[in-house]
Amino acid sequence: MKKIFKLFSIIILLSLNSYSAISAEKVEYLKTDWSFKGLFGKFDRASLQRGYQVYTEVCAACHSMKYLSYRNLSEKGGPEFSVAQAKAIAASFEVTDGPNSDGEMFTRPGKLSDKFVMPYENVKAAEAANGGAYPPDMSVLVKARGGGVDYIYSLLQGYEEAPSGMTLDDGVHYNKYMYGNKIKMSAPLSDGIIEYSDGTNASVEQMSKDVTTFLMWAAEPSLEARHQMGFKAIVYLIILTILVYFSMKRIWSRVESEV
Amino acid sequence: MSDHEYTPKSKAGKWFNDRLPLLTLANHLTDYPTPKNLNYWWTFGGILTFCLITQIVTGLTLAMHYIAHADMAFESVEHIMRDVNYGWLIRYIHANGASMFFLAVYIHIFRSLFYGSYKSPREIIWIIGIIIYLLMMAAAFMGYVLPWGQMSFWGATVITNLFSAIPLVGEGIVTWLWGGYSVDNPTLTRFFTLHYLIPFLILGLVVLHIWALHVPGNNNPVGIDIKKPSKDTVPFHPYIVIKDGFALLMFMIVFAFFVFYAPNILGHADNYIEANPLVTPAHIVPEWYLLPFYAILRSVPDKLLGVVAMLSAILILAVLPWLDTSKIRSAVFRPLYKQFYWILVADVLILGYMGAMPAEGLYLLIARVATAYYFLHFLVILPVLGLKERTIPLPLSITEPVLGGSPNMAMAKKKESKPE
Repeated sequence: MKKIFKLFSIIILLSLNSYSAISAEKVEYLKTDWSFKGLFGKFDRASLQRGYQVYTEVCAACHSMKYLSYRNLSEKGGPEFSVAQAKAIAASFEVTDGPNSDGEMFTRPGKLSDKFVMPYENVKAAEAANGGAYPPDMSVLVKARGGGVDYIYSLLQGYEEAPSGMTLDDGVHYNKYMYGNKIKMSAPLSDGIIEYSDGTNASVEQMSKDVTTFLMWAAEPSLEARHQMGFKAIVYLIILTILVYFSMKRIWSRVESEV
Repeated sequence: MSDHEYTPKSKAGKWFNDRLPLLTLANHLTDYPTPKNLNYWWTFGGILTFCLITQIVTGLTLAMHYIAHADMAFESVEHIMRDVNYGWLIRYIHANGASMFFLAVYIHIFRSLFYGSYKSPREIIWIIGIIIYLLMMAAAFMGYVLPWGQMSFWGATVITNLFSAIPLVGEGIVTWLWGGYSVDNPTLTRFFTLHYLIPFLILGLVVLHIWALHVPGNNNPVGIDIKKPSKDTVPFHPYIVIKDGFALLMFMIVFAFFVFYAPNILGHADNYIEANPLVTPAHIVPEWYLLPFYAILRSVPDKLLGVVAMLSAILILAVLPWLDTSKIRSAVFRPLYKQFYWILVADVLILGYMGAMPAEGLYLLIARVATAYYFLHFLVILPVLGLKERTIPLPLSITEPVLGGSPNMAMAKKKESKPE
């Protein structure tokens, strides 16, 4: 049995190793305690709500989140805004609907069932408004980057003066954690850029943590349900395995051989 | 098949069985005499059956919600993850199930290599197994294309482009495979169709694989022919059923760990970026289970020869029963072969590692040496070893070493439980 696991772990380690190694950057990411890691990991509700505020007041100016709906904001395992709050949030957005019976498109206040309104009509428009660089959709951004949450968290705090000898074109910024260190996005966060409705001090570090938590949930809305079910499933399997083990011993005791 | 004639006890049972002998089949399967000294490496056949069924069931469910269209595939996967009830669970089981399937199949194959299960009279079982393995790789590759992420798209581009290495007709074949002049919607729809078809082909071949197995019966860690049924065998049910069940549960715990706690760790982050024909990822890498062959492909400087080398690396396994000249099956009694066996295991792991690395500098050099050794093992070492090696005497039966026997037998017994 041990050997199975030995071989298994070799394979796993190899694959992990290789994937982390080819994500090229050798920089150490900034670390913070993520409440959603671990066997019982859950999201910090208040952090998610603050993170949504950062997203909607800062990121959403350029970054879409097209796979999320306003109803998700009040669902279990997410920021868990009340239904009334989520409705109010949705209603604060203008949604293009139609065509109506006259064949005209029209705008109306958003509803819970609407997807998050996108800042640009399409990718081309987004590129045109951002010096040719497309601000990526944020729905699954955390899962689409090698370093995951640590990478996003670090990137948001990684803006520095370019080292001497490095020339940056117009509209390009230096970021310690970006691949190649050149990023088109200017530093999105600065201390006090927003005012948290719950009174938390809006430092860059705090906002980075909150918005990254929010992005993790956006990418993996079933994370809490998954962790809870996983624990039950594994405990069940372990108990069943032990029972089957003893049944097996009993059955095989009839044969003069070891199992 | 079982030696005794089976007659159902009930009249209705007899009536039915005379017309369609399903009950005879069921009786054969439960009574099937199995060597009693099978160790846990033999439980992976059952585990693989479980993997196949799991992939088919979860795959059917996913297919009900997935949309095979270049503009909608990525979105439909997110729809499954977010809006379908337990869609995330089904998708993560399916995605990690593929990795678990390959993990199990590699253990199954290397078990066969260690104990010489591919040798006479089990060549057909082995060859069917290799065909299943080839189909698995095809199914897995096409499955990876379906979410239409960046790795899907570029992986599909790289792999289909391999066919362009064929002289004269290569380019035409690639266009024909794509259904156009690049990987696009027609490619996606046909990959989806084939991805749906192949598992059922595999299922059919698995039936043949087991059928062919039931003619000579299982090999065993000692690797000698045994009388069936005899003191050396136990009926499949309940002895092997419960043992396979126990091993399967252990396997499922590992499986569950990946599904619930690390569902994306075996995938590549780039596949969560929607396919974009205008942006090439920095490194295009296949899934971990294809990496050794990817390394072989890249270590040959010529494109056509690279493809030939990669295909040969798999097809060489099909003729293995004739390359291995030794009459002794189990490595337990072949001290030299045993050492070369572990070198081969290391060689394949190294190839896998190099497959994930950029093909340059030292990586490329190591990959080339490892590729050369891979072929050396099968084409030179195995044929020569069978003729030159001094093997340890075989016991006369499984029971003999179990009941004491000569010192040699006791040693064999010890080694048999510890294949290292």
